[in-house]
Amino acid sequence: MIAEAGLIALWLAASMAFLQFALSAIGLVKGQDELFKAIRPVAIAQGVLVAISFLLLVWLFVRSDMSVKLVVANSVAIKPLIYKISGAWGNHEGSMLLWIAIMGVAGACIGIFERNLKQKTLVTTLGAQAFISIGFYAYLLIASNPFERIFPVPADGQGLNPLLQDIGLALHPPTLYIGYVGLSIAFSFAVGAMITRDVGPEFAKAMRPWVLGAWVFLTLGITAGSYWAYYELGWGGWWFWDPVENASLMPWLAATALLHSVTVLATRDGLRAWTLMLAVVAFSMSMIGTFLVRSGVLTSVHAFAVDPERGSFILALLAIYIGGAMALFALRVGSVKEGSQFEPVSREGALVANNLLLSAILGIVFIGTLYPLFVEGMSDEMISVGPPYFNLATGPIALILVAIMAAGPLLRWRRDSAKALLNRISIPVFLTAAALFALVLFTTSMSVLPLVGMALAAGIAVASFAPLWKRNLRRTPMHTYGMIIAHFGIAVALVGMASETSFTEERLVAATPGDEILVNKWKIKFEAIEPVAGPNWTALEARVTAQYADETIHEIAPQNRMFASAQMQTSEAALLTRWNGQLYVVLGDSDEQGRWQLRIWWKPFVTLIWYGGVLIALGGLLAMIGRLRRASHQKKQRAYAEAMI
Amino acid sequence: MNRWLLWVPLVLFGIFFAVVAAGLIRPKDNIIESKMIGKPIPEFVLPAAIEQRPALSQADLATGKPQLLNIFASWCVPCIAEAPQLLELERAGVQINGIASRDTPQDIANFLNRWGNPYVRIGTDMRSIVQLELGSSGVPETFVIDGNGKIVHQHVGDIRKEDVPALLEILESAG
Amino acid sequence: MTKLFALIALLLAAPVAAQNALPAAPYAHQQLDDPVQEEKARSLMEELRCLKCQSQSIADSDAPMAGDMRSQVRERIAAGATPEEVRSWLIERYGDWVTYNPPVNAVTGPLWIAPIVLLILAIWLARGRFRRRKNNQKDAS
Repeated sequence: MIAEAGLIALWLAASMAFLQFALSAIGLVKGQDELFKAIRPVAIAQGVLVAISFLLLVWLFVRSDMSVKLVVANSVAIKPLIYKISGAWGNHEGSMLLWIAIMGVAGACIGIFERNLKQKTLVTTLGAQAFISIGFYAYLLIASNPFERIFPVPADGQGLNPLLQDIGLALHPPTLYIGYVGLSIAFSFAVGAMITRDVGPEFAKAMRPWVLGAWVFLTLGITAGSYWAYYELGWGGWWFWDPVENASLMPWLAATALLHSVTVLATRDGLRAWTLMLAVVAFSMSMIGTFLVRSGVLTSVHAFAVDPERGSFILALLAIYIGGAMALFALRVGSVKEGSQFEPVSREGALVANNLLLSAILGIVFIGTLYPLFVEGMSDEMISVGPPYFNLATGPIALILVAIMAAGPLLRWRRDSAKALLNRISIPVFLTAAALFALVLFTTSMSVLPLVGMALAAGIAVASFAPLWKRNLRRTPMHTYGMIIAHFGIAVALVGMASETSFTEERLVAATPGDEILVNKWKIKFEAIEPVAGPNWTALEARVTAQYADETIHEIAPQNRMFASAQMQTSEAALLTRWNGQLYVVLGDSDEQGRWQLRIWWKPFVTLIWYGGVLIALGGLLAMIGRLRRASHQKKQRAYAEAMI
Repeated sequence: MNRWLLWVPLVLFGIFFAVVAAGLIRPKDNIIESKMIGKPIPEFVLPAAIEQRPALSQADLATGKPQLLNIFASWCVPCIAEAPQLLELERAGVQINGIASRDTPQDIANFLNRWGNPYVRIGTDMRSIVQLELGSSGVPETFVIDGNGKIVHQHVGDIRKEDVPALLEILESAG
Repeated sequence: MTKLFALIALLLAAPVAAQNALPAAPYAHQQLDDPVQEEKARSLMEELRCLKCQSQSIADSDAPMAGDMRSQVRERIAAGATPEEVRSWLIERYGDWVTYNPPVNAVTGPLWIAPIVLLILAIWLARGRFRRRKNNQKDAS
């Protein structure tokens, strides 16, 4: 009965969403305030019901209930618990239910926690949120019911793809989804604000924590996804500019621009229309990304069982929501006042530059990702757009962007002088110049982008801490620390990227046990090869010892795994991490002379890429907490002041 | 802000929608067509794959009579599916040349014993060299070559029953 | 996370074991002795698209045919061909699809112009705003 209960909960949640939308729409049109009072409880009920529905699906997977079609297709009875749970969203229907569940819970959170917004804006926001949800409920209930039963009941399930049985891949989708759906709240806020024409600092302050929260999860999701691709796939790459990766990068770029523009709106009441547009674009990119991944329109038929019906359904939803929001923008924003004015050399000026450059990068990634599809549609030609294009087109802009990032926080709001800025930023500029000089002098093989990137990173690393200069460290607000850490994280990641790109050493060898291979300062010895067995795989494991300079000898064991059930072979790379980089060893096949293929990389400072990503997310988290604390503090003060009167 | 500027996002989304909708409707075949169609067959010499059939070079393909060049492998499942059609073409008097891709003589012999041998010559392409020269991206693939050794047609994937008349027609018009 | 699906598809599409029974082409897994040549070959291989796996470079692909392509690339570069010659040799056979670095031509023109147009648009938007603001200030005063 669990499956039926889940389905009923889902239907009830869908009706709550409908009620929520109807209440807000009727209330707004008729101006009946008493209807508004019911909205918060309805939003909370929707969140609770959809969460129950999702938890019941997880419970079905945990129990391995083989009378449910989805469980049969994606699980087996003998499997570690964690992968049974992750199996619930490791498939199409389940992941869509997870999406809508996060969305419902987020709506409930607005209902519970949001106390700063004007009632009308809040009601419109919740109405917009419900309107989006209705589409996804319809999609789930009509086109992909996760609770469908199967008859006759099979003895066991078909199992989850072995490659997906990885802790990273189990947690990766929920992380990204929380980020995507968090942006749906910014979207609803924007739609609400456009309908009520209530755009101003209060609106920006209410939206900001949600944007920051979503952005933190997106950052973590992308960082983690990049690391898992790096170690799981065994190709040593951390970013491939693959359509699916771009699909997750685009919302991040829009969200990054949004969280900076929202600051301008909150502080200086400027960039009103622009911020609204970004809020719409950010969630649109999330939906487009999900669509591109799920519909298989950009990937080959060989990779996905393409379901045009489902693809068309999501595309129709996109047309309603994105098209609707953009039409609303065009119709309404003309009457939203522009906001206050500002000078080119000022904090706002730098933030405008940040926004425009981020948008340019977003535009390039978007065009580059979809262009092959466009060409195929318009002609018989087929083209590929990959790393050479994206690196060349976005790299220089990204470097200008990070240079502005170093200067921006040192500028004053309203008006500043270029001379004063140069004065403040002289040390980072000097450091960058010195680093550039040293790199040109002492390295031979660096190409322009990594060279400039690394030199800039030296300056940014210092400049990011400059806002603390001559300030009382204990009285500096938490969100300022958040910004400092996030900007410092960019510098850290930049060093990692430049270093990996320029200084990686690769060695391919055909080795027999006993052979010694030298890579950089590493002495690597191929000791033996032996078979090992896991729960649902067997593997050939190479026993390899590695020694850096004269330090202790470490043992590592790259594997070549064969999964019996799925008839597939995966390569398990062995990684050895030092403070100054990673040794990456992959075992290949054997040749006719009994030699084994070993692919060995020494990647200096590669880990900084992901440490940088984590720092960026941490900075976002601190900023969010700082903002929330300040908001509640101010509210208490106001309440206190009122009580005194 | 200019009024018309506000409509730009919607227009851009419209373009995106059109491109993606067209992509969704269009049947996805993902066939990478060879750009060598219409060009003379590139120079190559392949050793014989099995003892019973002679080796293959590009000179054997320009004999004044249109021929088929079929790329196959014993490890390729669709190649089994198309075997009856190749035999049918052979019975229709078509001269079929084979290129065995990444295969061993023993496996090729077994494969031909089991599924029939429609080939007059079979070259063995152990390292996909000729395949790359031809602009072929997989197995099975079949090229129609005219009497002057020019590639006139490429058939990607297995030859189905319904493809046979079309292939015969192309051979006919190439002659 | 992402290429995974391509990889899965590749593994399902081709009976790997059978094709691997054959020894790999000489330079599929072997580097060139000359580090300068190897570096040229490596960066070219990262830009060439694997024919069978749809969304990977031949440098990253475990498909046997990608190995054959790597070997061809290395052999040709060792024989003195420039990376651009090797690239155009493949483009001649497979079209622009084979390279991740789209050559500039009528089809890809808009793609290459896009970044420049977007930058100009960004500068124009920014300038427009600031200039108008100054005018507004004058009006106000």
